[in-house]
Amino acid sequence: MQAGNVAKLNEQLQSDPVLAPGHTYGSIEEKINTIPLPLTKRASKGWVLGFSIAFALLMLLFYSLGVLFARGLGVWGINNPVYWGFAIINFVWWIGIGHAGTLISAILLLMQQNWRNSINRLAEAMTLFAVACAGLMPIVHMGRPWLFYWLVPYPNTMAMWPQFRSPLAWDVFAVSTYATVSLLFWLIGLVPDFAKMRDRATDRTTKILFNILSLGWRNSSRHWHRYEMAYLLLAGLSTPLVLSVHSIISLDFSVSIVPGWHMTLFPPYFVAGAVFAGFAMVLTLVIPIRKFYKLEDFVTMKHIENCCKVMLATGMIVFYGYMMELFFGWYSAHDVEFFLINNRFFGPYAWAFWALMLCNGVAPQLMWFKPLRRNLPLVWILSLVVGVGMWLERFVIVVMSLHRDYLPTSWDAYTPTFWDISLYVGTFGLFFSLMFLFIRFLPMINIFEMQLLRHDQKHQVEGGFGASEEA
Amino acid sequence: MKQIYGVMAEFEHSEQIIEATRRVYEAGYRSMDVYTPFPMHEIFHELHEHRTWVSPITMVGGLTGLVGGFMLQTWTTVIDYPLNIGGRPLFSWPSFIPITFECMVLLAAFSALIGMIALNGLPQPYHPVFNVPGFERSSQDRFFLCVESTDPKFDAAETARFLGSLGAQRVVEVEA
Repeated sequence: MQAGNVAKLNEQLQSDPVLAPGHTYGSIEEKINTIPLPLTKRASKGWVLGFSIAFALLMLLFYSLGVLFARGLGVWGINNPVYWGFAIINFVWWIGIGHAGTLISAILLLMQQNWRNSINRLAEAMTLFAVACAGLMPIVHMGRPWLFYWLVPYPNTMAMWPQFRSPLAWDVFAVSTYATVSLLFWLIGLVPDFAKMRDRATDRTTKILFNILSLGWRNSSRHWHRYEMAYLLLAGLSTPLVLSVHSIISLDFSVSIVPGWHMTLFPPYFVAGAVFAGFAMVLTLVIPIRKFYKLEDFVTMKHIENCCKVMLATGMIVFYGYMMELFFGWYSAHDVEFFLINNRFFGPYAWAFWALMLCNGVAPQLMWFKPLRRNLPLVWILSLVVGVGMWLERFVIVVMSLHRDYLPTSWDAYTPTFWDISLYVGTFGLFFSLMFLFIRFLPMINIFEMQLLRHDQKHQVEGGFGASEEA
Repeated sequence: MKQIYGVMAEFEHSEQIIEATRRVYEAGYRSMDVYTPFPMHEIFHELHEHRTWVSPITMVGGLTGLVGGFMLQTWTTVIDYPLNIGGRPLFSWPSFIPITFECMVLLAAFSALIGMIALNGLPQPYHPVFNVPGFERSSQDRFFLCVESTDPKFDAAETARFLGSLGAQRVVEVEA
């Protein structure tokens, strides 16, 4: 009985491991660390090509910002009823993408889902870079972005304070706290790995650089003990934080009385949407990276499948949200709400609504099937489809609700201009430039956590499982 | 006599280091530390490291943020800059909750991080253990145990012999 169970577990580990068999502590460290090290080695052709494209797009971002600052918000397509255009759509979209990183690093840590160890560093980096793109958007949308610091409560000569009853002020605190805590979490995770890079490096400059970055970390168990506690506490703090951030962002909409925004369902529905989009982005990044850097041993099919399952689950929650939006509109028996539903189905932007249903409602249903979840090209394309779908969702919420509200006299259409689009495309430049630099110069997988995973795996097979059966 | 920091033993397997830590602790040594590539709960247990100050520090930081954030909003909206909006109450505390929560998380996170770094005595770019040749492998695949010379039971020769008897690959003196 006991032997049978161990054999079964062994078989399970062999067929669908979170870490391919045959690795030692040393081989894990060497494999991951020699991707960035030595720092002076020539980058691969593929990297140079990818980084060049990303960098060109980053320049487009700077150019678009320059035009925006020089000529003002008039260069965008926003108008009288549609005050919030691309900038707010992009803001919500990017920050939503970031949420998967925190979910993977914090919530899955607390739930002891140790398959997260292979992808949490990358996902956290994704969070940081996505939040950087997101944070830019509301600031440049302000009209006078150089006065953004007025949102921060500080004693000033105007004797004024921010309006703390406004969700827009909550937003400032939520996003800045989220960005800061994500950065701390990412950096603290990197400290022991910086020490590993110091110990792997052969030249003096690299050693000194990484010794400084690692704070002189020396792998002491007494340090590890406090470190684990701090890491766990940060995870515990990040978990409610990540839920609060997108909830607060959804309150920017739902606290107002605009039809299509004024809905109690928004906070959980936005959080689910964020996780949905974020896991899609994780898959978009991880599938090519594991292939190019030959990391199939560390990021296995198990990870891909798990991400697909999370996508399916959160996608269903989001779809439920869409259905409830329609139901609420009908059930309110309110003319304007009812008109909005009608407008979604048949209005001038109906194409966006139907495309959204296709991308987020229908397409993720493919993930019910195991063979499709294991089909990498399909999963990758689907992750892009979901990314597009989540962008459309925000377009539907922001533009469709604003362009026709209570008074028909104030109706107007919204058409983005070149500068709206170039700014959006430019944020990809920022995101991917940072991503490429991260992949080149830092260990993209958490080394010590992979070694821990290896340690736990060994124990599970050799003793842990059988021992618990005996008792 | 030349001053030394302690005696360091190197082990190849994780099982050995757990066993060795237990034996060294049982032999009465207390000023010791174990160097491993990744955090090992078994070692924390054998070193009798149970409680840390990190969590109380975080708690204090979190409470400071909680109270401070709430007081800031209350003071500014009720006392320093009261705005009458449709006759609604000035002390509209439910709308202060989101920012109060964010302030709590922010301060707690900083406290956890700074508390951990400070308690660990970091940043500390130089430490005597780095003098041990091959100590880089504590980042990779080897496990080190160091009995420090500050321990009352410490005796360079005797301690080294004892560590050697625990199955260590090699035992070296660590220069101070």
